[in-house]
Amino acid sequence: MSAGSAHARHLAEAGRLANEIRLSVEQVSYAYSANPAQAPLFTLEATSLQARPGEIVAILGPNASGKSTLLHLISGALAPLSGRVLLNGFVTQSLTPRTRAQRIAVVQQESALLFPARAWEFVLQGRHSHRRSLRFESEDDVLIAKNALAQVGAADLSDRWMNQISGGEKQRVILARALAQQPLLLLLDEPTLHLDIAAQIGLLDALRRLAAENRYTVVVVTHELNLAAEYADQVVLMQRGRCLRVGPPASIYQRELLEQVFQTPLSVELGSSGRPRVTVLSGT
Amino acid sequence: MRPLTLRRLFLQCSILVLILFVVVVIAVKFGAVPVSLYALGRDLWHVLLGQRADLSSDYVLIIKNIRLPRILLGIIVGASLSVAGTSFQALLRNPLADPYVLGVSMGASLGSILALIAEPHLSISPALASLLTPLGAFLGAGATIAAVYFLGRREGQIDSATLLLGGVIISSFLSAIIMFLMNTLSGNLRGLSFWLMGDLSTPLQKSAYWFLGIGFLLAAGAIYTTAADLNLLLSGEKEAMHLGVDVPRVRLVVYIAASLLTGLAVSVSGAIGYVGLIVPHAIRFIFGSDHRTLLPTAALGGAIALVFADTLARTIVAPTEVSVGAVTALVGAPLFIYLLRRRLS
Repeated sequence: MSAGSAHARHLAEAGRLANEIRLSVEQVSYAYSANPAQAPLFTLEATSLQARPGEIVAILGPNASGKSTLLHLISGALAPLSGRVLLNGFVTQSLTPRTRAQRIAVVQQESALLFPARAWEFVLQGRHSHRRSLRFESEDDVLIAKNALAQVGAADLSDRWMNQISGGEKQRVILARALAQQPLLLLLDEPTLHLDIAAQIGLLDALRRLAAENRYTVVVVTHELNLAAEYADQVVLMQRGRCLRVGPPASIYQRELLEQVFQTPLSVELGSSGRPRVTVLSGT
Repeated sequence: MRPLTLRRLFLQCSILVLILFVVVVIAVKFGAVPVSLYALGRDLWHVLLGQRADLSSDYVLIIKNIRLPRILLGIIVGASLSVAGTSFQALLRNPLADPYVLGVSMGASLGSILALIAEPHLSISPALASLLTPLGAFLGAGATIAAVYFLGRREGQIDSATLLLGGVIISSFLSAIIMFLMNTLSGNLRGLSFWLMGDLSTPLQKSAYWFLGIGFLLAAGAIYTTAADLNLLLSGEKEAMHLGVDVPRVRLVVYIAASLLTGLAVSVSGAIGYVGLIVPHAIRFIFGSDHRTLLPTAALGGAIALVFADTLARTIVAPTEVSVGAVTALVGAPLFIYLLRRRLS
């Protein structure tokens, strides 16, 4: 009985923790060098941030500011030089690939296919880490994949070939595959890069709704100032491998700071949604 | 949504087993001495009833001692090459990868020849000595695929064109060494065309079939445990890792097992080309590219293709024969060009 109550206590503790901080990035730094004898070509200075379930964090910055590196460190794909990344108290880098994939889903910029596949086959790949190595997909797997497609509004794409759908549709199917992983943490690397404005807004609306409904913690890398301001709960502002600020958009979006980071004149005003809105002033 | 079920896999394999049976019957029937279907049926009936004394001398001489062992060899070699080709295609993310095109078969040939040269100089028991050739072939295959892999890597990514070019260069380099060795050394080595083109005419001891069969099952079985991982590996190593694939482990298992399959096949049949290229493509076209069905169906398809090709090799210019490797190359090379052009466009 004591073992049972200890287990229950443990579960309650885990639940309480989950409602507080889910993702904790603690003083994480990184250095990349092609040759160990030479000075590193790129460094990421110690960066810290924390996120709760249901929160959207945007990593914002110009090119080569270290956004994607930070994302890869969070995903556990890269080992940090110092510091650590905790997901519900576990160091992400020390999880096995399988356990990691059950907790963290990563949406890359694009997904190459060697042989043609239908959308549903692609989404079922998200169930891989939940199956034993040779087992065939269970009814649950199929149900979860169908549900994932429906959640991103792509149920009608199920039987289409991946190489015959538009960029926006493809991005939604890729997102559905990430949802099929049933992760705690959803990481996206410039998901709106090749999308037109309607598809961008559609995708981010879906993300915000999913983060709220499924209690995902979402971390998204972007250089779209206005999309980050509109959709993120927290913004991590990066420049040349340094994390300059972490905080809600209203506290980050200051004209001088953004002008200095993005090296372009711009104006910041409060939009109708109560969130900052940036206009790039060209030619002035 | 139509996810793969065990039933569908079983059905697909059954169809191919049936085709294999028909091809085997054809292969038994045709040859320098044709055998009638009636005689075949009668002999099979006697074998089933255990009335071995009633068997015709034709049966014992031609079918049991010559054609059936050769067909069995064709089945094992064809299945091995096809599974090896399928595995290399997934591992290297290149639909044109094949043990022969990549030079891996040449590496295995050279390994076999070196083992045969070394054998008389080593004082080891005959049982161990018979393992030396397949071991040499395995090491030759493994070393070649490692070399091709590193040649084909540019900035951490495998570059398709560089990889194929690397394979072609290594292949011609290795065949030059083989020719050099064959011309300077004589002795107990099979002919040059055997090692460069391959054929199934070499008679083997009974134990060798067991060795080949078990080796095939172990290596192909090991690859099959990674079948679901290989599906994801096709989208790239990074993406596979994010979806939960232990990429270094899968790479190592498939790399070793596919080298072993190539080595086993080449050590008994020389370098037979294009089976590992044509068959997986045909199977993908018919049954799709899910490795959980692709691997077993490609194994059966490889067996069918090679037994059929060997029957042609034995019969088109009867009573002499051509190398079965020449037949597979005549069909395979044009298909390779077609696939290459389609990929480039």
